[in-house]
Amino acid sequence: MAEVKTVATTGNLVVAEAMRQCKPDVVAAYPITPQTTIVEEYAKFVAQGRVHTEYVTVESEHSAMSACIGASAAGARVMTATASQGLALMWEELHIASGMRLPIVMANANRALSAPINIHCDHGDAMGARDTGWVILFAETAQEAYDNTIICLKVAEDPEVLLPAMTCLDGFITTHSIDRIELFDDETVADFVGEYEPANALLDTDSPVSHGCFAGLGGPFFEFKKAQRLAIDRSKGVVERVGAAFSELSGRPFGLVESDMMDDADLAIVVIGSTAGNARHVAKEMRAQGVKAGVVKVRCFRPFPQAELVAALKDAKAVAVLDRAESFGAEGGPLYLETRSALYDLETRMPVVNYIYGLGGSDVRLELIRQVYSDLSDIVSGSASPSGLVYLGAR
Amino acid sequence: MATLKELTHREDRLAGGHRLCAGCGASIAMRQIMLGAGTDPLVVGCATGCLEVSTTIYPYTSWRIGYVHNAFENSAATVSGVEAAFKALKRAGKIPADKKIKFMAVGGDGGTYDIGLQSLSGAMERGHDMVYVCYDNGAYMNTGIQRSSATPKGAWATTSEVGAAQAGKQQKRKDLTSIIAAHNVAYAAQGSISHWKDLATKAEKAFAAEGPAFINVLATCPRGWRSAYNKSIEIAKLGVQTGYWPLFEVENGEWKMSTSSKGLVKAGRKPIEDFLKPQGRFKHLFAPENSDLLAEIQADVDDYWEYIKHRCGVE
Repeated sequence: MAEVKTVATTGNLVVAEAMRQCKPDVVAAYPITPQTTIVEEYAKFVAQGRVHTEYVTVESEHSAMSACIGASAAGARVMTATASQGLALMWEELHIASGMRLPIVMANANRALSAPINIHCDHGDAMGARDTGWVILFAETAQEAYDNTIICLKVAEDPEVLLPAMTCLDGFITTHSIDRIELFDDETVADFVGEYEPANALLDTDSPVSHGCFAGLGGPFFEFKKAQRLAIDRSKGVVERVGAAFSELSGRPFGLVESDMMDDADLAIVVIGSTAGNARHVAKEMRAQGVKAGVVKVRCFRPFPQAELVAALKDAKAVAVLDRAESFGAEGGPLYLETRSALYDLETRMPVVNYIYGLGGSDVRLELIRQVYSDLSDIVSGSASPSGLVYLGAR
Repeated sequence: MATLKELTHREDRLAGGHRLCAGCGASIAMRQIMLGAGTDPLVVGCATGCLEVSTTIYPYTSWRIGYVHNAFENSAATVSGVEAAFKALKRAGKIPADKKIKFMAVGGDGGTYDIGLQSLSGAMERGHDMVYVCYDNGAYMNTGIQRSSATPKGAWATTSEVGAAQAGKQQKRKDLTSIIAAHNVAYAAQGSISHWKDLATKAEKAFAAEGPAFINVLATCPRGWRSAYNKSIEIAKLGVQTGYWPLFEVENGEWKMSTSSKGLVKAGRKPIEDFLKPQGRFKHLFAPENSDLLAEIQADVDDYWEYIKHRCGVE
């Protein structure tokens, strides 16, 4: 029976705790705000002798992911953490990790990308990595950051998947705020994630293998990519299965998409991360005023839960997609593009509008959410037409 | 040091049939170094480059040992991870405590002197138990002979062209071996494919050393050097005999000039022209208008030779 300890601490510290409980063989990491307290906490575990992990304090994020790739190819269980510019510096390595089918798990403390330099939350970093072949989960709360980290490891290492996975939490809002969190005992987590059985480990010197071979013109590059596509498609069922198993253990819900008040909702907000809480709060206010408001949170962004999102939104009369990231030059933000595309096959398509919000930690005040529902209400009543992209709350 | 007879009985860990050019110095360097490495299991990480693309064309591999290629600038960081995994898995009891594996990271001069310098420096500083081998052919040969910071002054390259306004590369080459020695690694050395015994001995020392070690090998590239494929060893030998490429080692901080170079102190070095002449990349230097540049190149070689002599305490 799982033992549960309730603590008051930050998102970063419970991500570090989840990492420790997953018993990685290698952690190779480089410090960057607001991820730092994860790697600092892990360094304490190393110093205290609480982990068997070889902790490689690399000289850059590029080398962090490079070392993770080497360690994972070697046959080790590997975890790391980064944020923002660090994730950007890893970019080519993110593709290599997934292309080599290495189940590395990385926490990403979502932070804006320069320029101008800014250390606060938005999803521009992770969204920039959305097509790198990683499984990507976003946490709303510190509790979800803890849960998602453990779920990510079990998904990544599943023989049906063998892909790297990213567990994202909102910079400062979730990484540094103190929250009430339920932690499992070590044994429960160890039992849940199980032992990692690597295929084709480099360190199995009796059966030498070559990793990262050349597949140039006329070679099987195209087929490798197809295999990768099939793997991330398969990962959806695995995320669901692992999430359900975790949910049974924790008593907390897990969904690729998590809906609130959507059963009869006319007005829906689609959102990722910590802002879901704000949206839910405002939706309840609206409900008290007789407005049928609802919230759809996307917890798993890759693989994208298209069918689940459609099921959640199909009866809404108007949908607002809140993007904490830009896709400059596109019709809207990344979540908007995906959501609108997902809804295309509906027989009756409702208006879908896009709000870019909270970039660089720009405050997400409740009145901004109220404005979104009010806009949706106007669209449904016909007093306003669907508008183009809105920079929510920009001066 | 193993005898030649013993070396010939060791398994060649890089199989024939790879797609490197005839006369390529990279595979010669690899085979000499891996023969010298001994008989413990070896795992190698290779940077993107000629050696990598020519030895692992899927579904084939020339490597009879564990091999990993990640990207261009990070073979040292990648092997850091492999070596870290070895330590951790031993600690976890998943690999027997008495199991021995040697680790080698490889890169060309582009992947080592330039884009991989940070990754290499980091790995050396962290003290991973690995041998980093740079096969230095003095340009980005895989992408088509572009200049690197290892390209010799005056050399033609496709990004240091020869024309009315410029006679090849304008800058001196970087002294990478000294830079790595300054990391206070257990072992750092310069070798050449022309001096197999010296190189195999250096490999043996490098792999025996506890912690990080580095070997920089002069490796002819007939394609980029514009030289005859059957002259590769001869030209590399001239690189040593002219003092362009002094052979030396730094063992636990102690600098030592290797015998083949030390002998030149008394016997005298050949003029740098002897190294340059058989290589088409230096052809323009022998035009009358470039005689000053040729003298300058000789002076640079002399300076570096004196510097290495001084570091090695050779009078």
